[in-house]
Amino acid sequence: MSSIPPLFDLSGKVAIITGASRGIGESIAQQLAAHGAKVVVSSRNPESCDKVVAGIKANWAQGTGDAMTIPCNIGYRGQCDALIDQTIAAWGRIDVLVCNAAMNPYKGPIRDIPDWAYEKTMTANIRANLWLTDRACPDMAKRKDGAVIIIGSTGGLRGSDELGLYCITKAADMQLVRNLAVEWGKHNIRANCVAPSLVKTDMAEVLTSDPKRIQTMQWTYPMQRIGTVEDVSGAVVALASPAGSWMTGQTVVIDGGMMAGSGREEG
Amino acid sequence: MAAEVKMPAMFGLSGQVAVVTGSTKGIGKAIAARMAQHGAKVVVSSRKADAVGAVTAEINKDYAAHGGEAIGVPANIGRRPECEALVAAAFDKWGHIDAFIANAAINPYYGPLHEIPEDAFQKIMSTNVQSPIWFSGLVCPHMAERGGGSFTLISSVGGLRGDPKIGAYNLSKTADMQLVRNMAVEWGRYNIRANCIAPALVKTDFARALWENPVRHENALMTYPLKRLGEPDDIAGMAIMLASRAGQWICGQTLVVDGGMMAGIGRYD
Repeated sequence: MSSIPPLFDLSGKVAIITGASRGIGESIAQQLAAHGAKVVVSSRNPESCDKVVAGIKANWAQGTGDAMTIPCNIGYRGQCDALIDQTIAAWGRIDVLVCNAAMNPYKGPIRDIPDWAYEKTMTANIRANLWLTDRACPDMAKRKDGAVIIIGSTGGLRGSDELGLYCITKAADMQLVRNLAVEWGKHNIRANCVAPSLVKTDMAEVLTSDPKRIQTMQWTYPMQRIGTVEDVSGAVVALASPAGSWMTGQTVVIDGGMMAGSGREEG
Repeated sequence: MAAEVKMPAMFGLSGQVAVVTGSTKGIGKAIAARMAQHGAKVVVSSRKADAVGAVTAEINKDYAAHGGEAIGVPANIGRRPECEALVAAAFDKWGHIDAFIANAAINPYYGPLHEIPEDAFQKIMSTNVQSPIWFSGLVCPHMAERGGGSFTLISSVGGLRGDPKIGAYNLSKTADMQLVRNMAVEWGRYNIRANCIAPALVKTDFARALWENPVRHENALMTYPLKRLGEPDDIAGMAIMLASRAGQWICGQTLVVDGGMMAGIGRYD
């Protein structure tokens, strides 16, 4: 008897996770493998991917779970295509695509964003997700089964005085999954976004190392703590697994209550 | 296959006590059964004592090997003393409640909103909105003392859209979404997560009048991108996610589980 509960069983499934060498992406890869998936750990840096792969094989993979590295810089279409093609060549299929990699090269008022930073952000955070889904969804459609999960951000639901363009791309991710839902739903492909607020990762260190921001967070997040990577990766497993069979086009906000209202009013 | 594999901790519910209202049929039954499969102790409840007994026995038979266990407590959640007795039975048996699933709801009127009889409106609002508020008051202080818990309300995508026939029901389901936002703000600091799940049309007895209506059924199949109605298990998995480790930082949200309906019309092939 498998110890993986059937609603969350990913045995025999193949998953790709971009930006999986650390942070939220690493945790997603670990959790998917713990639920039986073969995971492709991808990022620009093959050495750090290899470390994650070794950790997954040693500590996380259960049953049919396995891991391998395929490096990819999602800023280039050829590399996105190769990521999908090499996965199919090695493991024969793609069932789950987790678009987690994103970038945020500029901090400041949106009116001052340099053109190079604009191009880079739009390409990595939006265009790459289209490239990856363009290539992966036809394979999923062959088996009438698949799940696309894009890691967005609550930033895509609110304005920001420092990360304006990043937040615009994260709002676009929410619309992208709605459109993927409409276009690919008839092939039983589900597309959803997971939108965390502040999670303790290297990428967010610029935010989590700011004591003023941490204080504001403690005042305004009802749960009065920032997120951990495991707070996000479990929901991704749920969306990828039979539990998420009828959920598509949605954005799951994971934010300790931030969007619900301020927990501050009592002082 | 590894010789000894550990149960992934992300969705395990062993050690948790869950109360599921309206759990003798449909979505509620699927949630109670699946939670027991994940190791939870569950309180099965609905108005009908014999149905409660049958489902309780079924869960005990099917999921004892998974560490699941069930007791049955009949209750009409429209009556506060019966809500109190339901919660008290869980405390008497197991000493705590970690997950409360407010699933029971009523929809006694089908017609234009402005013609709804006064008593039907009152009944909808007291059963679908006030009763969950009663339950929150009965369980949240105890959850807070124990360091946290989850409160999941089964709402409906109806609460996000108008409807020519079930307007008052939809009003109550919108109120549920706001209720969990307010519970998030009030109880979040005690590590209590309150969320809604909002399904579209699921094949249950409760919604039979809707999916047996050929126009609504055909409309659903035409316009839902996934081209099928929901099954109770489509909702149960998300309920487990919210109650488990996976849902520890999800708070004040409404998870729409609707085959893609709210995303857009999947019709133009």
